[in-house]
Amino acid sequence: MSAIPTSWERIREEFPILDQQVNGHPLVYLDNAATTQRPRSVVAELDRFYARDNSNVHRGLHALSMRATDAYEGARARLTRFIGAAAAEEVIFTRGTTESINLVAASFGGANLRRGDVILLTEMEHHSNLVPWQMIAQRTGATLRYVPVTGDEGLLDLSDIDRLLTPEVKIFAFTHVSNTLGTVNPAADLCARARRVGAVSVVDAAQSIGHMPVDVGAIGCDFMAFSGHKMAGPTGIGVLYGRRALLDAMPPWQGGGGMISAVDFFESRWKPSPERFEAGTPNFGDAAALGTACDFLDALGRERVREHDGALAREAYERLAELPGIRLLGPAGERGGLVSFAFKDVHAHDVVTFADEDGIALRGGHHCNQPLMKKLGLASTVRASFYVYNERREIDALVASMRRTLRFFAG
Amino acid sequence: MSADLSDLYQQVILDHNRRPRNRGKLPTANRSAHGDNPSCGDQCDVFLRLDGDRIAEISFDGSGCAISQASASLMTTQLKGKTAAEAEKLYADFHEIVANGKEPEEISDLAAFAGVHAFPARIKCATLSWHAALNALHGEPVAATTESHTD
Ligand SMILES: Cc1ncc(COP(=O)(O)O)c(C=O)c1O
Repeated sequence: MSAIPTSWERIREEFPILDQQVNGHPLVYLDNAATTQRPRSVVAELDRFYARDNSNVHRGLHALSMRATDAYEGARARLTRFIGAAAAEEVIFTRGTTESINLVAASFGGANLRRGDVILLTEMEHHSNLVPWQMIAQRTGATLRYVPVTGDEGLLDLSDIDRLLTPEVKIFAFTHVSNTLGTVNPAADLCARARRVGAVSVVDAAQSIGHMPVDVGAIGCDFMAFSGHKMAGPTGIGVLYGRRALLDAMPPWQGGGGMISAVDFFESRWKPSPERFEAGTPNFGDAAALGTACDFLDALGRERVREHDGALAREAYERLAELPGIRLLGPAGERGGLVSFAFKDVHAHDVVTFADEDGIALRGGHHCNQPLMKKLGLASTVRASFYVYNERREIDALVASMRRTLRFFAG
Repeated sequence: MSADLSDLYQQVILDHNRRPRNRGKLPTANRSAHGDNPSCGDQCDVFLRLDGDRIAEISFDGSGCAISQASASLMTTQLKGKTAAEAEKLYADFHEIVANGKEPEEISDLAAFAGVHAFPARIKCATLSWHAALNALHGEPVAATTESHTD
């Protein structure tokens, strides 16, 4: 089940999808912040699971059901180690980051928020770490506050944090790495600050989990959310990590099979976590393959993944900075594996269309970050995001494509 | 540059994108409507001065890609002086052009948008300002969004 040790030298061979022509050019895939590609080992695990072990989990007494249960619970144990959680009961499988945050908001937020309470967010949150909090605030009468972003350099402005992070704050939810700015936030420091005022911390790790070592103990968060498809794993599977003591006190958020210990016609009792939060048939096939994605990343070494992706992003930032009329977002120094930028005279969607003609996959738009874009006075940016298989020559291709586009629109 | 891309970014489109006509708020407007594409963030406001049933003056404001800006600009030049019925007919023709690549029967700058049909994701860029204009024409209070219109 475990991945063949992966070498950096031959890494592109692990990703057959990269070996194709797009519009007559070799594919340059720089849309990894939206979704990464999956290595052969992950695809093989999906294939193996469905070809050999597929059966419903937990409820069966026959051989296949036991194997499927082992694969599913084995994946949970693998994810537990991957993020340094204290116990497998702290790892809940969800559809992804969005569902994980909705779960915390509805269950923990629904049970604990009162009128007068405050949910603290930051101005750089993805819509999925913003809308669920707006919804639960409306339901409970809690209000929202935001830690501001400094401007184009995209750092959290912590100068006023003590006036924002007050004892009324019950939940502090923030992103570890910004999907629009590339900023790496000081997660451990922010969680410690939250703890000091008695607030629960929720870390959106969607953009960090596949790119750097992420350890819930070292970060000291109460909850963490992430998606498999942004860490070389399958779509439709993700994780909510929660501290055991908090999870045990939380009500279920969906009802159904698998999450009850006893059902009567008029009431039911809940199983403990994680089953309490996994009503219905879970996505065990993709969970198994997500475990394989963990093997893949650990074989590469997550510290080296961080260095690799960060170095590419920094180099791209420096080279793009030479282009006329460009506005680069996010910090100039340390950043996650992406760069985001806008040109004065050419709209992001036109840039992306031209890049596509050169075989380069980029993303243009508001990146589910509309309030931040509005604050920065931008309608959209172009984003290039890197992963383990990207190479420096792909930055050459990116810069050349940008120059061609600028020439064309300059007329 | 590929044939598809040069069809999409025709000279007429580049020209309107670089030098938009009738851009900015219309001080004398008696109708206006806002349009947006939530998925890509494009925005467009259209201002009309209706004289009876006729569009006496028209302008637009907004932000978006070259296709959406050029389409809004060209639209204003086409709709000025038209009645509501004529505007509807023009939009029907324009929709045929962008959605199906059908050349218009009469010679028209709108034909420059025939290349859009090869890029389905861009059809809504080309039609956004038209949705807003028709809403303004009908005095509909709601904001146009191409995601709830069928393109
Ligand atoms: C920072 C961040 N949070 C949350 C999400 C949502 O992830 P998903 O769509 O997998 O639920 C994304 C993905 O775009 C993201 O970049």
